[in-house]
Amino acid sequence: MNFAKEVLHLDLKKAEEHGVPAQPILRINHLNVFHQEHHILKNINLNIPKGKITAFLGPSGCGKTTLLKSINRLTDLHSGMKVTGSVQLNGKEILNGDSELPDLRQKMGLLSQRPFPLPMNIFDNIAFGLKIQGIKNKTEISQRVEFHLKQVALWDEVKERLNAPATKLSIGQQQRLCLARGLAVNPEVILADEPTSALDPTSSRKIEEQFIELRKNYTIILVTHILRQTVRLADNIVFMYLGEVIEQGTPYDIFQNPQSEILKNYLNDGH
Amino acid sequence: MKRRKVVEERFFKYLLGIFTYGLILILFFIVFEILKKGVPALSWEMISEVPKGGFYFGKEGGILNAIVGSLYLALGASVIAIVVSLPVALFMNISLVRHENILSSIRLVLDLLWGVPPIVYGAFAFSIMIIFGLKASLLAGILTISFLIMPVMIRAMDEVLRNIPLGLLESTLSMGATRFEVAGIFFRQALPGIATAFLLGFGKGIGDTAAVLFTAGYTDYVPERLNEPAATLPLAIFYQLSSPIEEVKARAYAAAVVLTAFILVISIVSRYLSSKVSKNTVS
Repeated sequence: MNFAKEVLHLDLKKAEEHGVPAQPILRINHLNVFHQEHHILKNINLNIPKGKITAFLGPSGCGKTTLLKSINRLTDLHSGMKVTGSVQLNGKEILNGDSELPDLRQKMGLLSQRPFPLPMNIFDNIAFGLKIQGIKNKTEISQRVEFHLKQVALWDEVKERLNAPATKLSIGQQQRLCLARGLAVNPEVILADEPTSALDPTSSRKIEEQFIELRKNYTIILVTHILRQTVRLADNIVFMYLGEVIEQGTPYDIFQNPQSEILKNYLNDGH
Repeated sequence: MKRRKVVEERFFKYLLGIFTYGLILILFFIVFEILKKGVPALSWEMISEVPKGGFYFGKEGGILNAIVGSLYLALGASVIAIVVSLPVALFMNISLVRHENILSSIRLVLDLLWGVPPIVYGAFAFSIMIIFGLKASLLAGILTISFLIMPVMIRAMDEVLRNIPLGLLESTLSMGATRFEVAGIFFRQALPGIATAFLLGFGKGIGDTAAVLFTAGYTDYVPERLNEPAATLPLAIFYQLSSPIEEVKARAYAAAVVLTAFILVISIVSRYLSSKVSKNTVS
């Protein structure tokens, strides 16, 4: 059955025109995550290609958010969570050692399910990221704040009220502010955990447009359960089910040519 | 079935109403009694002068010694206590988040300390003072009260900090912030709660009698040095109320009016502050 065509009404082309496969920026090897007696992630082996959008697709509770969070060690914050294996960013091991953790995390910006602006005004929300990098020059800070707000197409909406509390923005604007804030620390990878799940369709579309634009300079990992969003954005799809990677490939491989029964059922259910 | 639900609904509505309004009524009754007996005895002399000879027999003088002593004690103790409590509460909610067992043990200990009667703090501090040969003084009172209110402050701030969504901690850490920088963000986010915790501690400190009984002592003078004894409003009330002389008893109620007014002002200020500084915080 041709799922892309019959379920999603899309005509996907084989992705061979992409040419040489991209170099992996992240290498995940034998990653296992346990929470108390539960085995949440089971022997994950993945390479995340540089400069692409990789989507972690799967039903709720399949471990995709946990996988995302173990990439920048937010799993550390959870009581009783144990992570084994290896995650390497540009060849550098993330999972052991604490001294370089802030530096490593800085290379991977996070966009959460719902926006969490810092308890300060709009300008300072972006400036905070610049200040923690040690930038002190005021002109440079204001130029960079403007640049990053333009990067997420928020500048025109907020330039008159940069001193207003960030919480006064609409939730869609807050999410774009959080994206700009993440970009301000110069990450290489953007970790996006269902970034549109709390947003209205217009705000979601704006975030998706940003992602397509950002793909030119960043590697994006997107956790999602929305099939259409995956099709619109992803270059590379990782399908997960109950803590395991079931299939991995291009949108063509996943939607036009699914191999496993689990994936076929999932595609049948979700549209 | 429907009838039963209506009756049930009404029963609980009235039950809750009786308890709520009953409680408020009792509070009003207490305040009314204090005002009725205290206001006639209240005068400018009462709050602007220290006791003179014959004060305790109903002659002239006031309770300035106790007013100033109480303010010194409560303020000094609150400042010391917040300086210690704030880092503890931040550490608990930033560095210990993943150690739930340790956290709940700390919370249990703090709650137990909160429940220890102030007289025990007073007696404990007094026994230490004896070892070092110290006399009752303002400093000893401040230190005792600060230990008494630390658990209150830490737990009050802890409750505010633990309600900060995990997402804010995750987002801030993902920007490459160090724990110190995260603490700055948490401080801003919890500022209304921190102000409230400070005033809560201050209120408990200014109203406490037992902890200062042995440690701060009592004096008819306004203390000028930390090693001098200090009078306090609750003790002033206690001593005057035990007197058989009517004028002195009336003054006890006047002192209670002053103490109640302090606590009222503190509560109003803390509410105003929390609404004022909360405009930036994320919910």
